Amino acid sequence: MRTDVRPDVRVNDFVVKFANVNGSGSASANGLFARAILRMGVPVAARNIFPSNIQGLPTWYEVRVSGDGWRGRRGGVDLMVAMNPQTWDKDVAEIEPGGWLFYDSTKPLPASRFRDDVTVLGMPLTAICNATYTDARQRQLFKNVIYLGALSALLDIAPEEIDRLFGEQYKGKEALIDSNRKAFAMGREHAQQAFDCPLPIRVARSDRVGERIFIDGNSAAALGAVYGGATVAAWYPLTPSSSLAESFQAYCRKFRTDPVSGKKRYAIIQAEDELASIGMVIGAAWNGARAFTATSGPGVSLMQEFLGLAYFAEIPAVLFNVQRGSPSTGMPTRTQQADLLSCAYASHGDTKHVLLLPEDPTETFAMGAQAFDLADRLQTPVFVMLDLDIGMQDWVTDPFEWDDAKRLDRGKVMSAAELEAGRDFGRYLDVDGDGIPYRTYPGTHPSKGGYFTRGTSKDRYARYTEEGPAYVDNMQRLLRKFETAKSLVPAPVITKAAKPTRSGVIWFGSSGAAMGESLVALELEGIHLDRMRLRGFPFCDAVHDFIAAHDHVFVVEQNRDAQMKSLIVNECGIDPARLVSILHYDGTPITARFVIREIAEKARLFNVTPLRRSGAA
Amino acid sequence: MTYLAKPKIHHPSLAKNSLGYTRRDYEGAISTLCAGCGHDSISAAIIQAFYELDIPPHRVAKLSGIGCSSKTPTYFLGNSHGFNSVHGRMPSVLTGAALANRDLVYLGVSGDGDSASIGLGQFAHVMRRGVNMVYIVENNGVYGLTKGQFSATADRGSKSKRGAVNRDEPIDLATLAITLGATFVARSFSGDKDQLIPLIKAAVAHHGAAFIDVLSPCVAFNNHPGSTKSYDYVREHNESVNFLDFISPREEITTEYAPGEVRSVVLHDGGTVRLHKVGRHYDPSDRAAALAYLETHRAAGEILTGLIYLHPESSDMHDALETIEAPLNALTDAELVPGNAALAGVNASLR
Ligand SMILES: Cc1ncc(C[n+]2csc(CCOP(=O)(O)OP(=O)(O)O)c2C)c(N)n1
Ligand code: SF4
Ligand SMILES: [Mg+2]
Repeated sequence: MRTDVRPDVRVNDFVVKFANVNGSGSASANGLFARAILRMGVPVAARNIFPSNIQGLPTWYEVRVSGDGWRGRRGGVDLMVAMNPQTWDKDVAEIEPGGWLFYDSTKPLPASRFRDDVTVLGMPLTAICNATYTDARQRQLFKNVIYLGALSALLDIAPEEIDRLFGEQYKGKEALIDSNRKAFAMGREHAQQAFDCPLPIRVARSDRVGERIFIDGNSAAALGAVYGGATVAAWYPLTPSSSLAESFQAYCRKFRTDPVSGKKRYAIIQAEDELASIGMVIGAAWNGARAFTATSGPGVSLMQEFLGLAYFAEIPAVLFNVQRGSPSTGMPTRTQQADLLSCAYASHGDTKHVLLLPEDPTETFAMGAQAFDLADRLQTPVFVMLDLDIGMQDWVTDPFEWDDAKRLDRGKVMSAAELEAGRDFGRYLDVDGDGIPYRTYPGTHPSKGGYFTRGTSKDRYARYTEEGPAYVDNMQRLLRKFETAKSLVPAPVITKAAKPTRSGVIWFGSSGAAMGESLVALELEGIHLDRMRLRGFPFCDAVHDFIAAHDHVFVVEQNRDAQMKSLIVNECGIDPARLVSILHYDGTPITARFVIREIAEKARLFNVTPLRRSGAA
Repeated sequence: MTYLAKPKIHHPSLAKNSLGYTRRDYEGAISTLCAGCGHDSISAAIIQAFYELDIPPHRVAKLSGIGCSSKTPTYFLGNSHGFNSVHGRMPSVLTGAALANRDLVYLGVSGDGDSASIGLGQFAHVMRRGVNMVYIVENNGVYGLTKGQFSATADRGSKSKRGAVNRDEPIDLATLAITLGATFVARSFSGDKDQLIPLIKAAVAHHGAAFIDVLSPCVAFNNHPGSTKSYDYVREHNESVNFLDFISPREEITTEYAPGEVRSVVLHDGGTVRLHKVGRHYDPSDRAAALAYLETHRAAGEILTGLIYLHPESSDMHDALETIEAPLNALTDAELVPGNAALAGVNASLR
């Protein structure tokens, strides 16, 4: 235990933000910064904030160091690493009073460009680089490594961790390891001489990371698809979903290459557009392969007609929707949860679809695999609803797990033997009363089980008909099937507040990152809320019951129109007045500060204070 | 999923193919199209071709878009799985199906509206990818099912039934298919089964994307004077480059021809296409010449039919993707799921 700590020292609890120029090679140094802290056993929540552009525009990397393991953005910045003159004013303004500003002091700046309440840490990075390197690219790249060295001194980050990471990152390229080490040491030594190191904000080794891993949700989803047995992927590049398909390719190369022939146990097609990608998924799934597409809102919009076909013709299909700022091209590199309604009710006519709502990469992996079982079991499209925050950011998250005893559930597929034995086959016949009929794969039996798949109405034996009663019979069965889905999709996670309360809060997906912390803070303010984290749609009865058991329930979501609230009101027959929306939709991930402020404000209106226990107590 | 073919019991007098199937086993439901519609003749040609090819009907998957033409898969190969998808998007569904199981025969049936208008993009890309399939467009120059509007293959200057003149340039799907990388491209006429049946057989035997543009008059909306897709007009302007027959690998080649009369091309499955000379010698393996020939005949107002382009050393999408030989839909859990130990390795690499 250190006894000399000043009262303003904040160990493992601060926010560093890097303001960079896109394409300047900063990403790699910034990533090392976050990972070195993780290697010290201290959790971080790291986020790239990037433009829809390849080179030259501003980009930021925000690292929240949180010994408590809070995964949301906190809001505010303690140390700004201001490397982009373009965004200087905005970046400087974002620093918390009493915070620090680290910048390249090669060119002197007038005092008016600084703030009185912020400590300025100037380091002549350009001058150092120009004196050390002759090559222009090296001057640029090593500038990043030099500031990394400086930060290691300023924040007390163990240099040996960075050193080890250099070794891992540039394995086999000794020259690169060496030059990175030198640049790093140069920055570190310079800072040690120039500044009073370490700053009051600093890192100390801890054991709070444990077994957890550091990965983005798109990679997790792709790995989930591998474990879920997907063999066909069809996609069209669209931020923020592209890296999901690319990850699938990488994992398949690793895990799905036939050891004998060297050939592929998978097929990935970059389609000509999203209409084609969903068409391919539907064709493959119809033919008995597990197939998926990865896309975002604009892509789902293009898929609408096909989704109606898949719903009505009952074809399994898995869609990963990595949601982004919408509508239209919207904010392609910003996050939102604004496609709930367009997915839940995708397509013309009476349609409803299954949604899975993972909260982090670990759950994305699990649900990514489960989606294929559900799609096959229910013979319908299943959406895994990620967003940019989960999909493209690296999260500190629980390790992935797989039960080797688990078998893929291919659903109700009638085999050649069953057909041969004379089992009655009606493609749309509800034999089991759960609304789910049997299907056959094409090519199964020479004379039995063949049927015609169509988007037009049909009878229970798949024969074309425009008879009203047959149509209604089929539509009713589809509703029964959707009822069955309620018991199959992941149930909500319900947790009681520390004290009995008449108020509750609902959230889902990436908002979870801000919720744990928010609830702790709200509790300190005397606001106690029972919690329900939604994990899937359709909603099971527990969703209705939770709301019914409370006077007011806050619904936290990242869109303008309170889409989850609409979905709940519509599907659960809830009085909208009971549901109070907390909406965050500026494209940045929702923060605890925002949730605490909004809920506290609204709670006062409803007088949400803990219930006094009645009776003797 | 191999299954021994079991013939149905039929009238003993019906002829059977080598698998024991009669022609009736390749039929489907009764057609609901207009009497005299060209599409019905194409269905009959498909039935005959598959019967003669000795392909078990259930090993064929037939896919279509939307239109009168796209309805026809109901009227042939009744024991095959069929998929009537959405308008203009059959190519993607077929591509997906072909990815899932490379062991079936894929037959795509579409219309000129379905393929040249709404579906032109998917038409283009399915050819580019070299999906192993037979893609037939039943080309009548109009949207039959929505009652006679011009489609994108209607010729400039041709007249609709109500007298409207088409002002737009037509899309020639055969020309397009060649430029897009289809490796078997033919054109035929629904009224010429002697030409069409062997073309379908050869297209099935071909490995890769095979396309047949079949002129198929719409008696309800496009069979009048002033139409360039009527029975009379097509008959009068039909100019065939060759006349062919297809000999399956099991058949013995018996007839002998004088040198120069016939060119034989052996296809992927061992079958042989014999191209009989019509007029001057035509070499369908020369892509540039094929395109030029199409263009010359188009300029002369003639409808060029026959096997226009054939790339005998073709490959398909699976070859390009390097997928394993086994159908992807038949892989077992053990072949698909890496298991928990592998996952532990992934976890370790992420710390
Ligand atoms: C998205 C969509 N738009 C429009 C239609 C209406 N529609 C049905 S068939 C058809 C045209 C079919 O023409 P073609 O493919 O040439 O087939 P034909 O009937 O001539 O054989 C159209 C426009 C549709 N089914 N779907
Ligand atoms: S409308 Fe034309 S294309 Fe359709 S069935 Fe009648 S004749 Fe055939
Ligand atoms: Mg037509």
